[in-house]
Amino acid sequence: MQFGVFSVSDITRDPVSGYTPSEAERIDAIVRIAKKTEEVGLDVFAIGEHHNPPFFSSSPTTLLSYIAANTSRLIVSTATTLITTNDPVRLAEEYAMLQHLSKGRVDLMLGRGNTAPVYPWFGQDIREGLPLALENYNLLHRLWREDVVDWEGKYRTALQGFTSTPRPLDGVPPFVWHGSIRTPEIAEQAAFYGNGFFANNIFWPKEHYMRLIDFYRKRFAHYGHGTPKQAIVGLGGQAYIAPKSQDAIREFRPYFNEAPVYGHGPSMEDFMKMTPLSVGSPQEVIDKTLTFRESFGDYQRQLFLMDHAGLPLKTVLNQLDLLGELVVPVLRKELAALRDPEVSDAPTHASLVKAAYGEAEPRQARPNANRGDNLAGSSPYQDAITGEG
Amino acid sequence: MDKPFKLAVVSAGTSDPSSTRLLADRLAQRVGALAGQRDGSVTVEVIDLRQLATEITTALISQLTGPKLQQAVTVLGEADGLIVSTPVYKAGPSGLLTSFFQVLDNDLLIAKPVIVAATAGTARHALVLDEQLRSLFAYMRALTVPTSVFTAPEDWNDPSLGRRLDRAAIELLLLMESGFATKVRDESWQSYQHEFGSAGGTEVSIDLNSDLMRLAAGGSAA
Repeated sequence: MQFGVFSVSDITRDPVSGYTPSEAERIDAIVRIAKKTEEVGLDVFAIGEHHNPPFFSSSPTTLLSYIAANTSRLIVSTATTLITTNDPVRLAEEYAMLQHLSKGRVDLMLGRGNTAPVYPWFGQDIREGLPLALENYNLLHRLWREDVVDWEGKYRTALQGFTSTPRPLDGVPPFVWHGSIRTPEIAEQAAFYGNGFFANNIFWPKEHYMRLIDFYRKRFAHYGHGTPKQAIVGLGGQAYIAPKSQDAIREFRPYFNEAPVYGHGPSMEDFMKMTPLSVGSPQEVIDKTLTFRESFGDYQRQLFLMDHAGLPLKTVLNQLDLLGELVVPVLRKELAALRDPEVSDAPTHASLVKAAYGEAEPRQARPNANRGDNLAGSSPYQDAITGEG
Repeated sequence: MDKPFKLAVVSAGTSDPSSTRLLADRLAQRVGALAGQRDGSVTVEVIDLRQLATEITTALISQLTGPKLQQAVTVLGEADGLIVSTPVYKAGPSGLLTSFFQVLDNDLLIAKPVIVAATAGTARHALVLDEQLRSLFAYMRALTVPTSVFTAPEDWNDPSLGRRLDRAAIELLLLMESGFATKVRDESWQSYQHEFGSAGGTEVSIDLNSDLMRLAAGGSAA
């Protein structure tokens, strides 16, 4: 079971101090938050992707490669990478590059985003968002698995004899999660490829996710990737922790009330009842998080939203200390005790290499000398099987 | 005797007692009485929007459905017919009423018969029901009955109001008796647009043979 944090990358005025951090300050802060995530014993740090203020994370792979260089164990990931408005060819290249630099400590989560104007900014049509996401991933999947791709689709220029470089580290593509809150087609795609399925779990009552995750598990099994219990499920969550419950509630309320998306709406008490938000003592956060398993079954990754709504860096770092020291160790123990032995762990680079090669040496792609074109059909790599013997 | 018809009454009246609620109750009572004369019966559930006001605004801005709103959705989903009653403000139905219907799933009310009723401070608002509220229910593919019931102050001491109430009531009852909504839903449900989890959370069928599902499973876009 992996635990981590995910950030939306919002730059929000601190409603208590009135201070709005600069982009420079917030970018420095997120690096410290990511490093802290590793220091306190968590496994994953994931960043969102946005292309408008008040967010800073327009270039996730640049940020994540810096974070990977400054950590040693942490898996860097996304929440989410826009599979709609990004060119899948660029995604294949950028995340393969990040995979090499991080020595395999990367996976990514694909989503459609929730900012409508992003589509026209990148020349796409929001009405085609779903088929665009599906087609783009179909291409991305092939670009990481086939050295030479001929491809023709509806939404992107066709490819003839294209090779995405660098080839994935050890010949094993980064693991992919598909994020969705109510779209069966996305769950179907995750199941078809044996990829992970992530429900952000933040805004909606859990019944919405339960149906979709159940569908994903069944289809995962249908496509022969394992039993429904072995499907790879990730969940979001949101917490604010203080040693005493009433302190947590008092401290977090001004941030809740002004938070982007749900601020100025429901009361914090109602929101806690209706969503996975927990504000309280470590034990209360533990108890609430344990209910996720009761609803969704054993799962592989739990990410918490800890740094949004203008919470100052000092508070966020303190929250991570509490999460890492008092909450996650207990969750690891309790969830491990409850876990069905049939359930798989979330794939890592090491486990994927082992699954692909067993004890054999993994592939190291070595290109042939430049032959002046890349369109002749056979692989440009030395280990190509030519068919001529 | 057949199973009683389930009648949902939605009132956007705000005072207590409210003439908007009174109008709705009188309609419900008449539908019940008429059903009784015809060997039928009606059960009535009232959705008083005043009590849902904060949950409705929360749902409008955050997609979060509170427990009272969820209960109202369940009542509407199970209803055989609706009576919808609103005050008229600023030449339009109460924003509380339109907000409520705006947060509902598009397919929650398909083919269900609806009486629209309104109270207003002046007869100059007389067309608000026919020009504004019917279009809302047309969008939701619900079936407004031919007679809408508009009341200005002078109508409350005019016996012809009672006759219009009876007319609307029998129209609603006949539509419920015909089983139109059930038949449309049984025979033609898939010809309307749905989303996964729509119709108040009851629409959970998934068509695995759609173009998009084929694309999801590695196929090509249509």
